Amino acid sequence: MTEIENQKSKIENLAPRTWTRKHLLGLEDLSAEEILAVLDTARTLTEVSRRSIKKVPALRGKVCVNLFFEDSTRTKTSFSLAAQRLSADVLDFSVSTSSVSKGETLRDTARNIEAMGVDAIIIRHKSSGAPHLLARPGGVNCSVINAGDGSHEHPTQGLLDLFTIREHRHLKTEASGLKPFSALHVAIVGDIANSRVARSNIHGLAKLGAKITLVGPATLATVDVVNMLRIQFERLTSAAFPSVREYSRFFGLTKTRLAAAKKDLLILHPGPMNRGLEITSDVADSANSAILQQVANGLAVRMAVLYLCVGRP
Amino acid sequence: MDEDRIAQVIAQLARTILADGVLRWAVENPLALVGIKSRGELLAQRLASEIERQQGAAKIDVGALDITMYRDDLSSARAIMIPRGTDMDFRLDGRPVILVDDVLQSGRSVRAALDAVLDFGRPRIIRLAILVDRGLREFPIAADYVGLKVDAADREQKIVVHLKPTDDEDGVYLT
Repeated sequence: MTEIENQKSKIENLAPRTWTRKHLLGLEDLSAEEILAVLDTARTLTEVSRRSIKKVPALRGKVCVNLFFEDSTRTKTSFSLAAQRLSADVLDFSVSTSSVSKGETLRDTARNIEAMGVDAIIIRHKSSGAPHLLARPGGVNCSVINAGDGSHEHPTQGLLDLFTIREHRHLKTEASGLKPFSALHVAIVGDIANSRVARSNIHGLAKLGAKITLVGPATLATVDVVNMLRIQFERLTSAAFPSVREYSRFFGLTKTRLAAAKKDLLILHPGPMNRGLEITSDVADSANSAILQQVANGLAVRMAVLYLCVGRP
Repeated sequence: MDEDRIAQVIAQLARTILADGVLRWAVENPLALVGIKSRGELLAQRLASEIERQQGAAKIDVGALDITMYRDDLSSARAIMIPRGTDMDFRLDGRPVILVDDVLQSGRSVRAALDAVLDFGRPRIIRLAILVDRGLREFPIAADYVGLKVDAADREQKIVVHLKPTDDEDGVYLT
């Protein structure tokens, strides 16, 4: 390809496209084009975090509220920082000290927050479908961003995993369209049934055409990317999960298993890690691991989602 | 305006810039061109090579600015634009910077570009080079270097700039 053709195809890839969604509820709802639009937007926004002034005025005057009914440090911090880098104001609505503990319903809580003039509610809830309830008629009129609902979806984690895979050095050369994901084989290892991270990954990867294998260390030999899910002690059910030790022995990612995998295997983990259980320390800190990159990428992806969903009146 | 005419206009813009003395600070702080995406980027690249050719000197830094996040009509648009991304892998502090765009009309893009540039540092001086100035200004903004002035008072008429390789040909049209 000549330089001019090269430049041309680069510009065509950047042809103006638009986004019309107000909510981000799950990757199941998005088309492949929409997913790529978020990833493209996130790519342009990584540059903001490298500037001397780490802010753009896109969401000046908008207000985002973190409404977290479950504990989370990473996701909440990442969303707050993302909103601030876009010049939005952010508040944390602390559920334990609020009227929720006095018996107020989710819908009433959200509508009361919205009545204070809020443009986006970023919600995490233990019940699957809670963000969808708010986004439906009779809910709220502002944007609703799902930050994890029960065992259903965690769309921004799914998007940041896709983003990390797409931007990773081994895959970067061909990762400019729909095709490259179709050349990939991704394994997701863990308690799939209870994992919203797995579900969002599966929807996203499937739409972009990747081959997906669930669980099974024996299959590691052929995969390009492995996403190690966290053992969720808070969601363990006795029958499916006899013991942590057994899980670790059969499914944990160890140095020995890594040695049997492709040399450039990309290792992802949504965090927080249980070192020595689903993944050993030496593997988590190895050159194959992109676990900290995921955190940095999460910021860019959440900026992209907020910009796209909240940018309109 | 066809391909040859556009090349002439760019050569003339380069001569005007070199004659202007904007390069007076260029010894320690070399000139940088910053194009406003997307046509301004292509124009900035051409202008830079033309200045390099005429001056017979070192390579000029060329950046490309995406002003999507800085627009004042962001929240009245019905759909959100997917940003194209800013490419600026050099520092602007203390340097003479020339902003480059294809058409100057309301002045709103230039206002947004000024805000965006200042988030990358503090240039010594900022000038504005424009291929076509079509009047109808809404902001108190004027270009320092103008390729072509069009006095089309009719608001309905549009100036369309085509530049390779984004478009199939070079051309400026009044439609």
